[in-house]
Amino acid sequence: MEIPAARDPVSAAQEAFGAAILYVKQFRGETTLVVEAARAPEVLDFLRVSPGLVYNMLSDVSAVDYYPEDYGEEFDGDGSDYRPGRFAVSYHILSMLYNRRLRVKAFAADDDPRLPSATVVWPAADWLEREIADMMGITFEGHPDQRRLLMPDDWHGHPHRRDYPLGKETVAFSFNEAEIRKHKPFAQN
Amino acid sequence: MAVAAPAQSPAQSIEEQRTWEGNLDQLRGLVSERAMTGETMLLNMGPHHPSTHGVLRLLLELDGEEIVTCLPDIGFLHTGIEKSLEDKSYEKALPLTDRMDYLSPMSNNMSYSCAVEKLLDLDVPERGQIIRVICLELARCASHLVWLGTHAIDMGAMSVLLYAFRERERVLGMFEMLSGQRMMSSYIRPGGVWRDVPADFLPTIKQFLKDFPAKVDDYEALLTQNPIWKDRAQGVGVVEPDVALAHGMTGPALRGSGVNWDLRKAQPYSGYETYEFNVPLGEHGDVYDRYLIRIQEFRESMKILNQAVARLETVKGPYRSENRKYVPPLRSELGQSMEAVIHHFKLWTYGYDAPDDEIYCAIESPRGEIGCYIHGTGANKPRRVHFKTPSFIHISALPVLSSGYLLADMVAIIGSVDIVLGDCDR
Amino acid sequence: MGVSSKLGNLGVVTTTVEQAVNWARTGAMWPLLFGLACCAIEYMSSQASSYDLSRFGMELNRATPRQADLLIVSGRLTRKMAPVVRQLYDQMAEPKWVISMGDCASCGGVYNNYAIVQGVDEIIPVDVYIAGCPPRPEQLLHGILTLHEKVKSERVADWA
Repeated sequence: MEIPAARDPVSAAQEAFGAAILYVKQFRGETTLVVEAARAPEVLDFLRVSPGLVYNMLSDVSAVDYYPEDYGEEFDGDGSDYRPGRFAVSYHILSMLYNRRLRVKAFAADDDPRLPSATVVWPAADWLEREIADMMGITFEGHPDQRRLLMPDDWHGHPHRRDYPLGKETVAFSFNEAEIRKHKPFAQN
Repeated sequence: MAVAAPAQSPAQSIEEQRTWEGNLDQLRGLVSERAMTGETMLLNMGPHHPSTHGVLRLLLELDGEEIVTCLPDIGFLHTGIEKSLEDKSYEKALPLTDRMDYLSPMSNNMSYSCAVEKLLDLDVPERGQIIRVICLELARCASHLVWLGTHAIDMGAMSVLLYAFRERERVLGMFEMLSGQRMMSSYIRPGGVWRDVPADFLPTIKQFLKDFPAKVDDYEALLTQNPIWKDRAQGVGVVEPDVALAHGMTGPALRGSGVNWDLRKAQPYSGYETYEFNVPLGEHGDVYDRYLIRIQEFRESMKILNQAVARLETVKGPYRSENRKYVPPLRSELGQSMEAVIHHFKLWTYGYDAPDDEIYCAIESPRGEIGCYIHGTGANKPRRVHFKTPSFIHISALPVLSSGYLLADMVAIIGSVDIVLGDCDR
Repeated sequence: MGVSSKLGNLGVVTTTVEQAVNWARTGAMWPLLFGLACCAIEYMSSQASSYDLSRFGMELNRATPRQADLLIVSGRLTRKMAPVVRQLYDQMAEPKWVISMGDCASCGGVYNNYAIVQGVDEIIPVDVYIAGCPPRPEQLLHGILTLHEKVKSERVADWA
């Protein structure tokens, strides 16, 4: 069986989707395609099945929070990175046939961030997106299971957001020792 | 935030104690319709269980003994490592990464270090690469020894646990020789390794490599042709290659189905392309094939270790990058060079700046592909560090692996995909 | 003097109830088969043949808390797991002891964040704290022997 030659993913995606590919960047040998959020699953499916591309495996889905000020109008891709929204979800896909990786990135707005779910393309995206929904508070439309994954069911807030505090227990000095001790009823000494 | 109050008060009546507090509606769509009517039973294989290899909760839907589906509930070991890493400089963040996949801490260090090196475009000298390969293959042996021991004891073969841990003590002794710590070594750092191998390391590892093949043959003699083992492992937990790929499985769990994908061969790092070794593949995708693959991986690791140890004797030179913008100087230099003092001060108090951009770097841990995604800020702390850990993916694939098999097979399947909850929950 | 040596020749020894009971309790203290994280792996190493715990009578790890005497909290305790540990502790029958093994169980360890309980003594009373990340098997054995000393010094009035 003859294997078709590898195609350049950037030009193939731009040919197929035109303006939905918003920005392309290369860094340290990695290619990133920033796509329109609503069409991300379509782009992923196109990359998965097209001959010459065949990105058959989803390696990772990760999310970034650009709070408080590292996104917006100054980040328009002209001399700087392209960041139209506060949250970005990156789909890292892998082509085993052509042995190369690609990142497809989609941005979501600040209040009520929503993105379409990629579970229609790969079942592997199920838990990866669920973790992002739990920890970053991004809603994935069409996701089969919207429950919390890592945090307890009744937790408030989304810990991986940059405005969520780390939650450190303060160092015990003599002035706050009693207050800290209240939390440890069984500690002796 | 104060934590939960103690459990039920003694005044609770028997009727109250028998009432189930949950709401079955929450599970609608996740378990089959037969569970809603009570035709199938929902059984909790709780976070405290001897065979779940950590704090994993599985909600099993059982039709008699047969598993219809299982709903894994994780997060009981969620440590917030990714968020804690955002608060630390890149060099100081390394010890936190040890504690994710606690059976092979070197692999976590390696994935983080490789990612930082990619972000900074930092070199690793050849001797450092050889030492890293030795550490990673020893970590593979140590991790597979724990896998073998715990998998076997879950299926009833108790002596294998004791034999495996006896060998593991030797490997941990070697890690202690290298870094001072048996497990959480923080030895592999961005740029290379922490320090050079001590004088008694090479004779020790050579003796280990002489003794270990016979031990692996011992384990095989106990299990591979054992009729009970074959009965419990063959034909159980079968996963087709396309299903495994669709679910993102990697490592021995994927190779058990016959997919020839090993990052050490496909996208080599740390000089793996220069070593001669094979990648064992399975055929049927069942528990038995995954077991055979890992036993063979012991032997392939020993091949690599033999080659690496031979190279370590001839290749001299630095073991860590000499780029003082990113790598602290040796303490012995501090007395002699002013620049060394300045670099030392700056690197340990502030750290170094990394570009405001993102990278993803993956290596082959004993469990599968562990990927590290780092997005820098341009300053000394990362904006976001995310680890794609193989155990997370494999636990999410447990419903597919286990549906249709018997309850006793659940234990075999969990053992065969070699999950570590610290790796899953981070 | 006189009587006890004569009794000794007959094969009889006299002691106090406390000494006898405490000696029996330390002789075979069954731990709960419970491990959270990395410290559990060092616990398994201690249980295995190089640092054998069976010589302290602790070969049998009971998976059910009803039959266990000793809860070794080995590993980091998260907020989600805390009610589970509390329930396990409550389900154990008296007499029971708790060893907090490792830094994370004793004080939160390397993690000071939203997810980790800063020491299991926020929810259960601890008898012995063992430092280390993870503690070496020898450190764990020292902790167990310290617990044995503590048990041997218990009085009738302390028994539950």
